[in-house]
Amino acid sequence: MLSLIVFLPLAGAVAILLLLSRREQVRGAAALFTFISFVLSLVLFFQFDRAAAGVQFSERVTWIPGIAAQYYLGVDGLNLPMVILTTLLGFLAVLISWHIELRPKEYFFWLLVLETGVLGVFTSLDLLLFFLFWEVELVPMYLLISTWGSPPPVGRREYSAMKFVIYTILGSAFMLVGILALYFSAGTFDMMALQKVDLARPMLPAAAIFLLLLVAFAIKLPVFPLHTWLPDAHTDAPTAVSVMLAGVLLKMGGYAIIRICVGIFPEVAAQFGGFFVTLAVVNVIYGALVTLAQRDLKRLIAYSSVSHMGFVLLGIGALTPVALTGASLQMFSHGIITALLFMIAGLVYDKCHTRQLNALGGLAQRTPVLAVTMTAAGLAALGLPGMSGFAAELMVFLGTYPAWGAGTAIAAFGIVLGAGYILWTVERALFGPLRPELSHVQDADAVERIPLFALVAVILVVGVFPSVLTDVILPAVAVVLG
Amino acid sequence: MTGRDLLLAAPEITLVVVGFLVILLDLAVRRKGWLVGLSVIGVAVAAVFSGLLLAPENQGTAFAGSLVVDNFAVAFKFLFLGIALLLLLASVDYVARFGAHQGEYYALILFSTASMMLMASTRELIAIYIALETTGICLYVLVAMLRDARSSEAALKYLVLGAISSAVLLYGLAMMYGLSGRTDLAAIAQVLSRATMLAEPALLVGLVFVIAGLGFKLATVPFQMWVPDVYEGAATPVTAYLSVASKAAGFALLLRLFYEAFASSSADWAGLFVVISLASMTLGNVVAIVQTNIKRMLAYSSIAQAGYLAVGLASVNELGPSGVVFFLVSYALTNLAAFIAIIAITNRVGSDEINAFAGMGRRAPLLAAVLAFAMLSLTGVPPTGGFIAKIFIFRAGIDAGLLWLVVAAVINSVISAYYYLRVVKVMYLREAEGTDPVPASPALRLALLAAGLGTLYLGVLPEAVRGAAQAAARSLFG
Repeated sequence: MLSLIVFLPLAGAVAILLLLSRREQVRGAAALFTFISFVLSLVLFFQFDRAAAGVQFSERVTWIPGIAAQYYLGVDGLNLPMVILTTLLGFLAVLISWHIELRPKEYFFWLLVLETGVLGVFTSLDLLLFFLFWEVELVPMYLLISTWGSPPPVGRREYSAMKFVIYTILGSAFMLVGILALYFSAGTFDMMALQKVDLARPMLPAAAIFLLLLVAFAIKLPVFPLHTWLPDAHTDAPTAVSVMLAGVLLKMGGYAIIRICVGIFPEVAAQFGGFFVTLAVVNVIYGALVTLAQRDLKRLIAYSSVSHMGFVLLGIGALTPVALTGASLQMFSHGIITALLFMIAGLVYDKCHTRQLNALGGLAQRTPVLAVTMTAAGLAALGLPGMSGFAAELMVFLGTYPAWGAGTAIAAFGIVLGAGYILWTVERALFGPLRPELSHVQDADAVERIPLFALVAVILVVGVFPSVLTDVILPAVAVVLG
Repeated sequence: MTGRDLLLAAPEITLVVVGFLVILLDLAVRRKGWLVGLSVIGVAVAAVFSGLLLAPENQGTAFAGSLVVDNFAVAFKFLFLGIALLLLLASVDYVARFGAHQGEYYALILFSTASMMLMASTRELIAIYIALETTGICLYVLVAMLRDARSSEAALKYLVLGAISSAVLLYGLAMMYGLSGRTDLAAIAQVLSRATMLAEPALLVGLVFVIAGLGFKLATVPFQMWVPDVYEGAATPVTAYLSVASKAAGFALLLRLFYEAFASSSADWAGLFVVISLASMTLGNVVAIVQTNIKRMLAYSSIAQAGYLAVGLASVNELGPSGVVFFLVSYALTNLAAFIAIIAITNRVGSDEINAFAGMGRRAPLLAAVLAFAMLSLTGVPPTGGFIAKIFIFRAGIDAGLLWLVVAAVINSVISAYYYLRVVKVMYLREAEGTDPVPASPALRLALLAAGLGTLYLGVLPEAVRGAAQAAARSLFG
């Protein structure tokens, strides 16, 4: 079942490449394959046994016996929410790209390949397979951003795409050395076995391997100061790609830190706790301050991602069950919220032909649906209780405060800053007098409304009943820590 | 000369005979398509004979020990035959430029394939030298085949530098003979196991001369000066051939020499290869960034890839040679895929500049896709053979304690991503200058798909070839 979920988008991509040519056929096929994948992942979610602690639905086949590499997929409480997030956002990204004009066949091909790559990263439990899937997302991202992104003078798509690729490959280079060093110390690539094995004679000091692996994940999360690729890539990517990038790719970093760095090297992670908390606080506060200064709507949302991922890192730094569960929940919640924000930004740009906040104003009068969803998304982003962001951030603070009181307090101030930039943005874009240039703007049409309403619904459900997810995450977190 | 001798040498003999037949046939027929057909048949028959040699009872030595057939030799026979086959199919579009010398072109490919197979199948110093020189002469002529100013200059450069390095190599081999009094590698190994570098300075001098002589063939630093000019000046199929076959032959010879004859002094020469590896990787990758001509870019890429291969040479354990063999197979498929696409495209646009590839993503979708895939494989991005090959080589390096070299290799892969991706960028993100499609004959497309799919296969299911490479490497130690 897992292999089916992971490779269904790829099958769809190949079908699109070889069989279909017209835009209507291509986007229909893409929607179909991603929808089936999403439904299957929901089936997985409901069949998941919340009481059992280990890996479920695992699929394990020997792949390269000469180096003990396996094709090993499996889900537990840690990656199951990520799988749901990916399949959901993958489907909604297809919907948000419904009206694409330029070369739809190649576009949907690469979008579906990207989804398979990310699903593979989340479900892979063999380090070599994990690395392979991690690299698979490189080429689709490069081509998607550089071909369908914002052209000059609006943006610098080729520069942003190349920057993204170079940063990612650099991180992967370090990750590869770390993986190989780990393999030689322990003799296996199996992630679950590595969590239990005792590295008696590691070929590098455990801290060195930890840091090598951490670099790649820190670039992805992103952690200050390795975050400089993010604003460019997010801003210049087309809407659906920004949705995937911010909603799902960033979570690959957080998930990998928890699964690999913390899971395999818990003692080293404990030593680095203060380091993580400090960087997390910098992420939150610095990210929020820079966000306040932005005048481009998309760039503003991009920097707010830096700030919100800081909360994930904060929870990881504390290393308590509550904090880690909060971090995982924040990954899911932020994925949904930021996806919604980027979708709205994309729709605003499509209809108003500008992303500059000083050129927008009074949209609430013309586009009520967009305005309501944007306000809802904004409130979710600033952590309004009743929405998923609040549940996640609260858990992170509760879990981190006992050990790192000062850090938590400063990070909590980031919520205030968040309120500042969100409310100010919503006010500038939606309220006030309607600008004359925007007097003919159309509201979101039927197909565009589906993703917007779906995401708002998810935010509310998880916000009011966070136990839907935390019941799944908590047992897995206990295994990672204990 | 017994029947068994002939059986063991059957693949090489077949190729030489067919080569002569091709030259004779060239005089008789007007339609040159027959020549390709005959050459391909010759390669196929030689492959069948090589298959026969896989059986253990058909392995052993022949011609009084000059020729040896073991798993290592048979593996390289298949590699060279595969390269020759793909090249013959891909040259079909290009050979018209050789005018009256098409027959010679095919014959030289066959002759050089035979002598390269010999290079991997011998344990005797004189036979080594003969095989090396035969290959060299065939290649010198192949480089000059286009008979224009550039090719002639390239061929002359290649000839002079090749002759000098052959002389240096011969001097080194003579030293080995002088030290041991025997010309077969097993006997030399026995004698040298009792000698050390400090006690016998002649051993050190001999080793250095051998590395210097062979380093030329491998296109490693500091013997790489000929590579960019010769690659750029030669006809593109010949460049492809040089970049994969002569490099593989050089590495095969080196593995034989160093793991069979000089194995006992490995502590001394492993360090030399570490330096060569580091220098080649860095120089190749850094200088490739500024190239605007695709053949020169691939020439510097070739130097860098030789650097990665040298990591496997420097790893003196069982993983090293098997990693090198796998990497050579993967590199052959990848580079051939790239060059075959380049043959077709440059034939159409008439220029070797990278900017001339603009818009090929739309004009020639299959060619561009395979070329892009080959670029990814050279960078080492999954799911390509190049990625798995690098994993194996890095594994060998880490196991031998060369962690810093592996880190350098990994960082070099990152640097190389820039210029490999630039080709992809130009093909897919720039507008084409014309809109007419790029013609490519069915034979070329077949070879292109074979090489491209082979690269994908090695990236996803490498176990079969990895096992074969390991079996080949084991016979070096046995």
